[in-house]
Amino acid sequence: MKPPAFKYIRVKSVEETLSALSEYRGEAKILAGGQSLVPMMNFRLAQPAVLIDINPLKELDYVRVEDGWLHVGARTRQRTLEQSTQVKGKCPLLAAAAKWIGHPQTRNRGTVGGSLVHGDSTAELVLVATLLDAQIVIQKKGSSRTIMAADFFEDLMTTHIDDDEFLTQVSFPIAPARSGYGFRELCIRHGDFAIVAAAVQLTVSENGSFSDARIAVSGVGPKPLCIHGAARALVGKEGSGDRFDEAAARVPDEVRPVSDQRGSEAYRREMARVFVRRALDDAWSMMRVNQ
Amino acid sequence: MTTRETLPVHVRINGVEYERVVESRLLLSDFLRDTLGLTGTHVGCEHGICGACTVMLDGQTVRSCLIFAVQADGAEVTTVEGLAEGGELHPLQEAFREHHGLQCGFCTPGMLFSALELLRDNPQPTDREIREGIGGNICRCTGYHHIVEAVKAAAPHMARGPK
Repeated sequence: MKPPAFKYIRVKSVEETLSALSEYRGEAKILAGGQSLVPMMNFRLAQPAVLIDINPLKELDYVRVEDGWLHVGARTRQRTLEQSTQVKGKCPLLAAAAKWIGHPQTRNRGTVGGSLVHGDSTAELVLVATLLDAQIVIQKKGSSRTIMAADFFEDLMTTHIDDDEFLTQVSFPIAPARSGYGFRELCIRHGDFAIVAAAVQLTVSENGSFSDARIAVSGVGPKPLCIHGAARALVGKEGSGDRFDEAAARVPDEVRPVSDQRGSEAYRREMARVFVRRALDDAWSMMRVNQ
Repeated sequence: MTTRETLPVHVRINGVEYERVVESRLLLSDFLRDTLGLTGTHVGCEHGICGACTVMLDGQTVRSCLIFAVQADGAEVTTVEGLAEGGELHPLQEAFREHHGLQCGFCTPGMLFSALELLRDNPQPTDREIREGIGGNICRCTGYHHIVEAVKAAAPHMARGPK
């Protein structure tokens, strides 16, 4: 259980990181929080020849509010999402979801960018980024591109990023006025990998009907899925228990889970419905309190 | 790779400065135990699940098996050896002893740091919050109940105690 040998490079700027990635293309991995990469190295499932340690990059440790977006630097610790008053105020769903990532001891170290690039299909940040259509900034030497979360997460543990590229920022849209959210997770014990997780965000117009509804579920496919049919069933309608039952009932047909040791396909399908239903309730009661 | 890369590390542990040259792949947990002989930090799973190797790195709890020693260069580390002062147990250690917060003691160093950070951030936690705070530390003696009791009992003494 000891990691294999590697060449260690400590970088002090994004520029230096991009140069190192370009120089060691294909051989290098970014070392951020190390909460997934280092276990994989200890198991020798990952054996990178070079590690580029970005922990000193303070320039990527930020939460900024600007033009309707909450920008988060890639090197920001997951713990910051949980504790930052800006995150709690502008994108409370993100703060709530962050509490479900591992444990305080892993969140102290784990980074926002690392979790996204790793792309675990049940990762809380991957789910929230998918739900909210987060925008992800990726840089490489001499260029930069922005990609929507839905396109960035390709498949099981597969993200749209090249060997010489570096994820530097993710931006979440600020929660609209008259909106509420819900985040529910089914796991054997808090901090463990989710079996199924559901995230929703509901927004009502001034006349009281839903102007926007977003519903996404993880644990039911190779990446989190937006449940469009269920969301469409709510837009333009007013909230009620029956309406939420109806929307949640569409969930099982829209997901494609596979069986594994933590839950059968049928169980996951049913739990996706149950947890979406509960998350809708949470979002709805939050809105009623705020109104 | 024929020759293994070595790098200098300069770290302050429990107030003492250490300078060593280590392999880049050396884990902080092994650096503490094998290189420096600070065997109070225990190593259980070596993949970040059990929490036994939890230490404070620049004032925050971390799994020392998921950090390379070279990454601690320039940092301040506190291990369980640094908790007691002048032969007096830390109030949290005292509470663990008083309330039978340990049986075999393997998880104890990690438990202490998780509880320490919890009480620092939340001086009056509920039972549920205590259980969440130590949720990342596994005790195989199933002594959680007494650990929760110990943390609760220590809470009012923390403000007065050192650290």
